[in-house]
Amino acid sequence: MLFQEAVMNSTFSLVPLVVFLPVLGILLNWLFGKRLGEKGIGSIASLAAGGSFVVSVLLALALVQNHEGAHIPLFTWISVGNLDLSWVFRVDTLSVTMMLVVSGVGTLIHIYSIGYMHEDVRHQGEPKRFRRFFIFLNLFIAAMMILVSADNFLMMFVGWEGVGLCSYLLIGFWFEKGEGGLGNAKAAKKAFITNRIGDFGLLIAIFLIFWNFGTLNFAEVFEMVPAVAQTQPGLLMAITLFMLLGVTGKSAQIPLYVWLPDAMAGPTPVSALIHAATMVTAGVYLMVRTQVMYMAVPGAQQVVAWVGAITALFAGLIALGQFDIKKVLAYSTISQLGFMVAAVGLGAEVAAIFHLATHAFFKALLFLSAGSVILGMEHGLEAGSHEQGGHHDDPQDMRNMGGIRKKMPITFVVYLIGALALAGIVPFAGFFSKDEILVAANQGNMPIFVVLVAAAFLTAFYMGRQVLMVFFGDARSDAAKHAKESSLLVTVPLMILALLSVLGGGLNFPGVHTLEHWLEHTLEIPHAAEFILPIALGSLAVALVAIFLAYLVYGRKPLANAKAADPLAKPLGIFFRWMNQKFMVDELYQAVVLGPYKKLADFFAYPVDQGVIDGLVNGMGSLTVSLAGALRKLQTGFARTYALSIFVGIIAILVYLLTRI
Amino acid sequence: MPLGYFLGLSAFMFTVGVLGVILRRNALVIFMSLELMFNAANLVFVTFASYYQILTGQIFVFFVMAVAAAEVAVGLALMVAIFRTKRSIDIDQMSSLKG
Repeated sequence: MLFQEAVMNSTFSLVPLVVFLPVLGILLNWLFGKRLGEKGIGSIASLAAGGSFVVSVLLALALVQNHEGAHIPLFTWISVGNLDLSWVFRVDTLSVTMMLVVSGVGTLIHIYSIGYMHEDVRHQGEPKRFRRFFIFLNLFIAAMMILVSADNFLMMFVGWEGVGLCSYLLIGFWFEKGEGGLGNAKAAKKAFITNRIGDFGLLIAIFLIFWNFGTLNFAEVFEMVPAVAQTQPGLLMAITLFMLLGVTGKSAQIPLYVWLPDAMAGPTPVSALIHAATMVTAGVYLMVRTQVMYMAVPGAQQVVAWVGAITALFAGLIALGQFDIKKVLAYSTISQLGFMVAAVGLGAEVAAIFHLATHAFFKALLFLSAGSVILGMEHGLEAGSHEQGGHHDDPQDMRNMGGIRKKMPITFVVYLIGALALAGIVPFAGFFSKDEILVAANQGNMPIFVVLVAAAFLTAFYMGRQVLMVFFGDARSDAAKHAKESSLLVTVPLMILALLSVLGGGLNFPGVHTLEHWLEHTLEIPHAAEFILPIALGSLAVALVAIFLAYLVYGRKPLANAKAADPLAKPLGIFFRWMNQKFMVDELYQAVVLGPYKKLADFFAYPVDQGVIDGLVNGMGSLTVSLAGALRKLQTGFARTYALSIFVGIIAILVYLLTRI
Repeated sequence: MPLGYFLGLSAFMFTVGVLGVILRRNALVIFMSLELMFNAANLVFVTFASYYQILTGQIFVFFVMAVAAAEVAVGLALMVAIFRTKRSIDIDQMSSLKG
């Protein structure tokens, strides 16, 4: 028994490796990457991420023996007065679940990236950037691991900012490309600055916690929450809502979601790893981790639930009007994150984490398959241009696709699995996790339930639309005509993810509830998950009806050619144009926030800075110059004048000394 | 002899020296005027030394003379160097440091 415990504790102390293995990967690739070639670089990076995954699995196995987990201190970070912040890794069921998702999906995406980036760097004409990509990916894994394994708010914030940095670096990976040579750089900047606004909220929340609780360690803060909720409910409300602002930034919720669709400027594996599966779920993780605080203020929970639900519906509507294959998925991600956030607001944290995990599987799968489609299209473009003489199409526009099912059979099958999982068709993963959220909404808050069902309907509809537009019908461009299946390096990770998307529902299978029993050692679970057959059947029916409708609209009569209008454009009229233009939210922000802000900045830049401040400084300068101009007349250059002035000076001193008395 | 005679002579010599430095343009003459001022000072030293019967003043004069000799050596060397480039030792022509 004692021996077993010792083994377990030594397993727990492996936890720093989940961060240090990716860091080791960075160092190796940084120092020796140039000589290793693409295979070597990719293998090192994938092994580093895979190593993290292995360590996470070991931790999970140890946790099965000892549910309590452990706190593994690494070193003392800040120790001032009563404040004692250490670099402590927290091993509990929640953090290990996140580690498994991040490193598991991350490793698959690393492997996929070897194949994808091999093509991409050549397509973009910059093969030397291959190494940089994998260094950034490993850096991301390290930062994400810090985020999920942190034991205090500040350490978590380090990871939080770290993943934000990686997101910025990877969105702008082809920073000199894009619209007008600036498009990608602008998208990266937009993501970073929008996240700054959210991080400002999170920072205020952390400051408030420190000011009022006197500590930042999770356990100590959570212990004090019930007492504070009694005496200062307003304070807790402020903390949770400021934290929500941070969440809306990182997890792309209304009102700060606008950066995520633009973030698709990054290479596709980045969209899959960072902007679908892992980083954007950090906000959900944060709220689940601090569930004690949210539970103490029902008002804040209401706000959270509504933010999530409205985001889910709103983003679903926009997704319906998009033509870029990745943009559809991006809005779908926002919508699904809305589901998770709503789940947290409804007090169904387990459902949120469940959906987070399954969503990581099937959304990563969808993005990676979309990347495979794009690769195929780019192939087709090159093959086509040899024959047709340079006909350039956007390889990401779904209107240019069609009929890819026959050209890329593997990609088609895995994409279909991902789409069905996302749409919530039994028995795929998304069905179970979405159903759990819907049940929680049904029991907790009827209006939110209605909104979420509508969002689920839209999800199934736009996924049906996308699959039909991309894979069915006839090829609508030369690129689609000449599309070619991707290599095994690309398709094997897809198959693994497809398998996970099929089986993911087993994580928290109705009646067994493995995940719930796993997480109950860390989280408080107010309502045990239930499986309510009418709701499950109802949501399934909604999804099936939506897919059938999509078939009626897009399947029976596919788009005739790449120029044809969307069949929905006519019946929906202006509303479709609105959806296509994202309800003008970007323009609204431009007019309401950015415009006045820029005017204010201009005011400070030109009249204030260049006028007043520069005027003062330049005035001092020119005053000195003119004064010196007057004084230089004294320097005649004649030695005799100097002699005379010395003489006069001596006389003056003498006169002074003699007449002083 | 009364003390005043010595001091008067010294004052006269010093004044001539000052005027010479200020009014003349020939660098050599200016040097000579400088020497005149030195010696006016020396004369005062010696006068008071013998008047108060203290040797310090006398010894001081030797130091002044030694330093003056060194100074003249440097000064004349400068003068030669200037003459080589400017072909003149008119002090008013050396005004390139005019502000």
